[in-house]
Amino acid sequence: MIAHANKPKTFFVKILRQDAPGKPSYWEKFELDYEPELNVISVLQKIAAKATTAGGQKTTPVCWDCGCLEEVCGACTMVINNKVRQSCSALVDKLLEDGREIELKPMSKFPVVRDLYVDRSRMFNALKKVKAWIPVDGYYDLGPGPKQSRGDQEMAYPLSECMTCGCCVEACPQYSKIELTPNVGETPEEFEDRKVDTFNRNFVGAAAISQVALFNLNPTGKMNAGERLDALTEEGGIQVCGNAQNCVAVCPKKIPLTMSIGRIGRAVTFNTLRKWFDRPAKKH
Amino acid sequence: MADKRVLVVGGGLGGLSATMKLAELGIKVDLMSLTPVKRSHSVCAQGGINSVNDATRQLGDNEYKHFDDTVYGGDFLNHQPPVYEMAMWAPKVIDLMDRLGVTFNRTQEGFLDRRRFGGTLYKRTAFAGATTGQQLLYALDEQVRRWEVEGLVKKHEMWDFLGPILNDNGQCVGAVAQDLFSMEIKSFKADAVVVASGGCGLIYGRSTMSMTCNGSAASRCMQAGAKYGNAEFIQVHPTAIPGADKLRLMSESARGEGGRVWVPRKPHDSRAPKEIPDSERYYFLEERYPEYGNLVPRDIATREIFDVCVNGGLSVEENRQCVYLDLTHIEASELNRKLGGILDIYRKFQGVDPCYTPMRIFPAVHYSMGGLWTNYDKKESGGLIAGSPKNQATSIPNLYAIGEVDYHYHGANRLGANSLLSCIFSGLFVAPGLETLLSNQGPGSVAAEQPQSLYDEAVKKQQERHESLLKQSGEENPYLIHQEMGALMTNAATVVRHNNQLEEAIGKLADLKARAWKCSLSDTGTWSNQNVLFTKAMQDMFPIAEAILKGALARDECRGAHYKPEFQLPGLTAEDPAEHRRQAEEWCDKFEQNIQKFLKTSVSTYDGKDVTISYEDVDTSIEPPRPRFYGLVGAEQISEVWQERKKKKKEAAQAAVTN
Repeated sequence: MIAHANKPKTFFVKILRQDAPGKPSYWEKFELDYEPELNVISVLQKIAAKATTAGGQKTTPVCWDCGCLEEVCGACTMVINNKVRQSCSALVDKLLEDGREIELKPMSKFPVVRDLYVDRSRMFNALKKVKAWIPVDGYYDLGPGPKQSRGDQEMAYPLSECMTCGCCVEACPQYSKIELTPNVGETPEEFEDRKVDTFNRNFVGAAAISQVALFNLNPTGKMNAGERLDALTEEGGIQVCGNAQNCVAVCPKKIPLTMSIGRIGRAVTFNTLRKWFDRPAKKH
Repeated sequence: MADKRVLVVGGGLGGLSATMKLAELGIKVDLMSLTPVKRSHSVCAQGGINSVNDATRQLGDNEYKHFDDTVYGGDFLNHQPPVYEMAMWAPKVIDLMDRLGVTFNRTQEGFLDRRRFGGTLYKRTAFAGATTGQQLLYALDEQVRRWEVEGLVKKHEMWDFLGPILNDNGQCVGAVAQDLFSMEIKSFKADAVVVASGGCGLIYGRSTMSMTCNGSAASRCMQAGAKYGNAEFIQVHPTAIPGADKLRLMSESARGEGGRVWVPRKPHDSRAPKEIPDSERYYFLEERYPEYGNLVPRDIATREIFDVCVNGGLSVEENRQCVYLDLTHIEASELNRKLGGILDIYRKFQGVDPCYTPMRIFPAVHYSMGGLWTNYDKKESGGLIAGSPKNQATSIPNLYAIGEVDYHYHGANRLGANSLLSCIFSGLFVAPGLETLLSNQGPGSVAAEQPQSLYDEAVKKQQERHESLLKQSGEENPYLIHQEMGALMTNAATVVRHNNQLEEAIGKLADLKARAWKCSLSDTGTWSNQNVLFTKAMQDMFPIAEAILKGALARDECRGAHYKPEFQLPGLTAEDPAEHRRQAEEWCDKFEQNIQKFLKTSVSTYDGKDVTISYEDVDTSIEPPRPRFYGLVGAEQISEVWQERKKKKKEAAQAAVTN
């Protein structure tokens, strides 16, 4: 926290804006009165209410995504002073320790919808690809689930805190941006199919791999472990990981992502070998 | 039935559990949400989810006691059959969530671990770390994703529900909604619509709720003619961290571990808290409640903190209401061991370590007990008739409400760890009723048979509203109007309510409403225009805000979260035993009169201009109402008189039967 003596009267917020997908991006600077205990969300709220740049020009409110403001929903992720993180837990007092300016950019690995708002549907698609769910028989009352040890719960719980925020893939050198636009004559359904197909052929990213680790730990989830591992053997699967270990460093929930990747990497190898040995014997 | 569809609005615990259950029944679902459903507000629930379990059962607990705690906690304003049904289902709901892979904490033997929560004597609460809501939501999100892959569910995320579409018979046959990105306004045909849009905390400006909890979906149903129940019942949590953007919860366990609440005796004392000597500190909870001290019940703590700041003018800060919650007299190592998780929240969001600097906290709006009025189909033996299309039905045919936006289940006050249960239960329970509805729908009420013009007209109307807002010129700023509304509502209709303040607030709200239609927008663009979406949501807050204020004004009593000191029944004062007894009799007379007059659901309706309040009887057929005592002087004597009366009534009833 800034000592009272050092607090500036005003501070600047520089925002990389973009009006719509495919449009050029541009910087806009805002000047705000300093108040204690601001976070980046409240800064953006103030900018929305004022809608005037530092130069006194009228502008539009900055568009951004947010939800819980408690760092559990994952919505408000952006790049703040060159670090990917949630804007709700980014405190202005901390950010101003190194100067009088805060810089906000949208995540670079996802298509920009507008300003700081990005489209992370690729991450949710990855959860489909790896079948990140427990395939229960149904929702009728069939009694409790299987007993689980404390140790297993303690291993699973941190993995289940993943809020699909995208920090891990933003920091990942192997995860590159995919931005598609509809082709001439393409129906919305055809475009959607092409998008899903492209997503599926590109890297799934650490979050989805870690979800495989989570579901393959669950006593019921285990029964379909092979299917999830198969999905990670396909194009865009775990083999794309270059072991840069950036993901684990930026995860706001401190999820042991590299441990998940290591564990699933071994399981995938074993799964492939097992399938190779389980092949029906060829007739000679 | 393959071609029939249900539209679910909202993808929190309620919406997702309804969606997955409908999909299991083979019914196609369109799931609409303001956010990717995985980011819904249910993620914020920390504590846990309640049910009777094998261990509590052997200590004398049962489903009936869970039901009884819920209606007693709700000050008997809950309709009892739905609550009874929910309590009966609770163990099954937790079993199901366990099977779905929720990472519940475990005992050393591998069973679900349980903790104790407020309002009960039993350890009923299952939990997953400090993020139970998040874990439950993710399990349901995963199941819905599975059905999405199977083709039964189609998600429409980033769509804003603008209102139900009604045919000439007043039946709901779909909805109109707007894409948050392209701003396209489109109609959705549906044979039934389920609203699961959560609470309305944003009406109070800042609350513990997420930015999507603006009450707009409920208001838009109300504007289409749906009744709204018990609007005035808003739960306020005593300890939250005031933030410029949001109020974040600080768990009660901080007080449980020895935290002391105080304010400087000198208003807005500018000294650092540690420099203020003990003699200049006002430990108001300890002084006012020597017996309970800082651990007075939740509602009393809330009221006193509010009182010392708002009426006493003793807030720590001049421009913001807050008091100190001080843990600094306890060893840092001990604090971190016992309270590490919750202190981290304070460190993360305030950048200050509560081990060395007192926390600044203030009560915050937390939950709306009220919501869209819904019906139920009652079973003679208590509980509900499963599969009846009356369950969870709003007053508009084929329009349903579940979860926090539904007014059932919590009465005048919600017990901790009951909200997650009511959301999942009502979601699961509404589905078989919808199945019945859809298979019995007569000619003329099916969406496919409605004239296209009906849908086009609804779209056109919304398009006009949208475009006129973009073109509008005026002096007003929608964000500032929202701030004013928040301050107004927070001052008049939260913890302590006074009729003169409520009357004044109703007048001010009307002025503000007029100004809200004179906003000019700083963004008139046609792509991802959050400015216009916000303005619409803000304008739509007015009917519910008005319902809250008018409901509170008309209710001259104290019940659950609704507290009007003017109408509180005082404790007994007499020393003389006979006089003491007489006072207790009088107290019980007054209590009975109050039941006659006010044990009623308030029902708000909106005619396009004003909110009108009417009343309905509450079904208390399972457990008769009884007084709730919170540290009331003479409670034992009153309780004795009350028990005697209850016995007499029972005997009289039996005698009547034998005669």
